[in-house]
Amino acid sequence: MNIIVCMKQVPDTETRIKLKPDFSGIETEGIKYIINPYDEFAIEEALRIKERFGQGQVTIITLGPQRATEALRTGLAMGADEAIHINDPFFEGCDQYLTAKALGRAIKNIPYDLILCGRQAIDDDSAQVYAYIAEFLNLPYVSFVIKLEISQDRKSLIAHRVIEGGAFEVVESPLPAIISATKGLNEPRYASLPGIMKAKKKEIKNLTASDLGFAEDESGSGGSKIKIKKYYYPPQRKPGRIIEGEPEDAVRELVRLLREEAKII
Amino acid sequence: MAGIWVFAEHKEKKIKRVVFEILSEAKKIAVSKGEPLCAVLFGYGIKDLSPELAAYGAEKIFVVDDEILDSYSNESYSAVLADLARNYQPSIILGGATAMGKDFLPRVAAKLDTGIASDCVSFSVDEDGRVTFRRPVYAGKALIDVYCDGMPQMATIRPNVLDLAEPDSSRKSEIIEWQVSQDARKIRARIKETIKGASSRPDLTEARIIVSGGRAMKSADNFKILYDLADLLGAAVGASRAAVDSGYASHDMQVGQTGKTVTPNLYIACGISGAIQHLAGMRTSKCIVAINKDPEAPIFKIADYGIVGDLFKIVPLLTEELKKILKEQ
Ligand SMILES: Cc1cc2nc3c(=O)[nH]c(=O)nc-3n(C[C@H](O)[C@H](O)[C@H](O)COP(=O)(O)OP(=O)(O)OC[C@H]3O[C@@H](n4cnc5c(N)ncnc54)[C@H](O)[C@@H]3O)c2cc1C
Ligand SMILES: Nc1ncnc2c1ncn2[C@@H]1O[C@H](COP(=O)(O)O)[C@@H](O)[C@H]1O
Repeated sequence: MNIIVCMKQVPDTETRIKLKPDFSGIETEGIKYIINPYDEFAIEEALRIKERFGQGQVTIITLGPQRATEALRTGLAMGADEAIHINDPFFEGCDQYLTAKALGRAIKNIPYDLILCGRQAIDDDSAQVYAYIAEFLNLPYVSFVIKLEISQDRKSLIAHRVIEGGAFEVVESPLPAIISATKGLNEPRYASLPGIMKAKKKEIKNLTASDLGFAEDESGSGGSKIKIKKYYYPPQRKPGRIIEGEPEDAVRELVRLLREEAKII
Repeated sequence: MAGIWVFAEHKEKKIKRVVFEILSEAKKIAVSKGEPLCAVLFGYGIKDLSPELAAYGAEKIFVVDDEILDSYSNESYSAVLADLARNYQPSIILGGATAMGKDFLPRVAAKLDTGIASDCVSFSVDEDGRVTFRRPVYAGKALIDVYCDGMPQMATIRPNVLDLAEPDSSRKSEIIEWQVSQDARKIRARIKETIKGASSRPDLTEARIIVSGGRAMKSADNFKILYDLADLLGAAVGASRAAVDSGYASHDMQVGQTGKTVTPNLYIACGISGAIQHLAGMRTSKCIVAINKDPEAPIFKIADYGIVGDLFKIVPLLTEELKKILKEQ
């Protein structure tokens, strides 16, 4: 079983986002970066599948700046066998379309039975890179997967996909296929100390835009389809009020406000 | 290239509200660009659904009525929509940011070699006649304005953020039927079965009112007081990650950065402290009520109305008070 996990390095969920003075982007200074939480589920699932079958290879791949090597090291420390880093200033400011194009081209050159992604990267919140990769590689995919089983003969999978109202679709697909992982799929492990030591010695394979066949006169942002015009802060909420008084009175007042002021009930 | 298309998602032959929301807003774009507003309807035995789409402004409706579309698959749905788009060349394709729309519309974008803006909260025509889409990033800690440098311009739109126009049932629309190609019938990933949710409550992402519980609920059984309140209001029940990870609530109930993003008219947070990851998922709710025994809890900073007190006392009182009021009506 050869499994590829696409993972992205993103700002920690605690990060308070500060915009650049000209609103062209976010201030990156002081940001702590982590592996996208949904991609941790993907890595964990890949490792569990490998362990279950007692054979196989887990390759993690990321497209990102130099700092993203730390995320790959963490993935290797969790137990991944190989790591690929698409690392080229060419890709600065590129969108999900181009990201997927680059990932697809890199993946095409390695053997795989299964590609695991996260349901969305928690920085751009797009939930689309795996759909583009699937189309570029002509693969089926199942998104928002909370339970995954690989058949004994390793030729197909059954995935539970989360839909609205707490319902699930049980989807069967032949392999190779792409899965996007959502919370509930598993509990990601922490890297062990020996794992961390071993990961330090592992080689990370670097790929550039030209390795992937992008022409020199193209640029990552130029080849993107979604172009960002401007960043904004979300509208501030008006300060609210604490309703004082005995519980009975406070509740009565709350209901009155919801009806007469907020006009909701 | 002409036409503004809205994918008319329905569940068991009931058109989703978000479709009407998008049609209502897209009508303005259609008028300002002088292009027809069209709906695209997939399914089996669905022709009766057209009048409702017309009432919300769809001038043309592309109907693909075929047994293969009875069960959803991102492969068949994306293939048929891409075929239609190649043939009729719309300038814009929109759909709801629902479990279905988020799943297959990016694949349509890939087939048409264009971009798609996900989970947008508004859109408008800019100076150049292109559509600008506004969407949250970093779990709503910032917003971006984007445009799609490709044809068609595609986007998914978050439910519950756009206003509904008045439907006009006297409106008529032109029906255009389309046949599913042989290629679009090739499906690899197939739904074998749909397992229904345990509750009949509305989905969090579509609910008008949400009652949410945190770690303070202390047990799954205690959530009953929230279910009672929710059922009275026709509300959905949500939870903080702490409540989910402690096993008091199921994963699909989690609200926040690694759960669902919700925009109800009313969000009642019970025993939730208001961590940044939780706020990310619910801060765009129109009205927020917080019930927490700690007056310093950060949730009060974004709540419109707060009550400092024990939720096990306040919530049942609230249910009783609402019962009285609703009976009077
Ligand atoms: C990567 C990452 C992702 C995360 N994603 C999410 C996410 O998507 N959603 C999410 O919610 N969290 C998320 N978190 C967790 C988040 O940081 C908080 O830990 C979590 O939201 C806390 O949940 P809580 O408010 O229920 O619990 P607590 O913070 O423990 O708060 C409990 C509150 O209940 C109050 N209380 C106690 N007893 C009573 C009572 N009897 N009556 C009234 N009030 C009472 C207390 O005063 C307190 O304010 C994430 C964290 C990380 C690291
Ligand atoms: N730059 C990237 N490098 C590797 N994988 C990525 C990258 N961006 C997105 N992905 C994968 O695609 C998933 C969905 O991302 P997105 O469409 O950006 O929300 C993520 O959870 C990752 O698994």
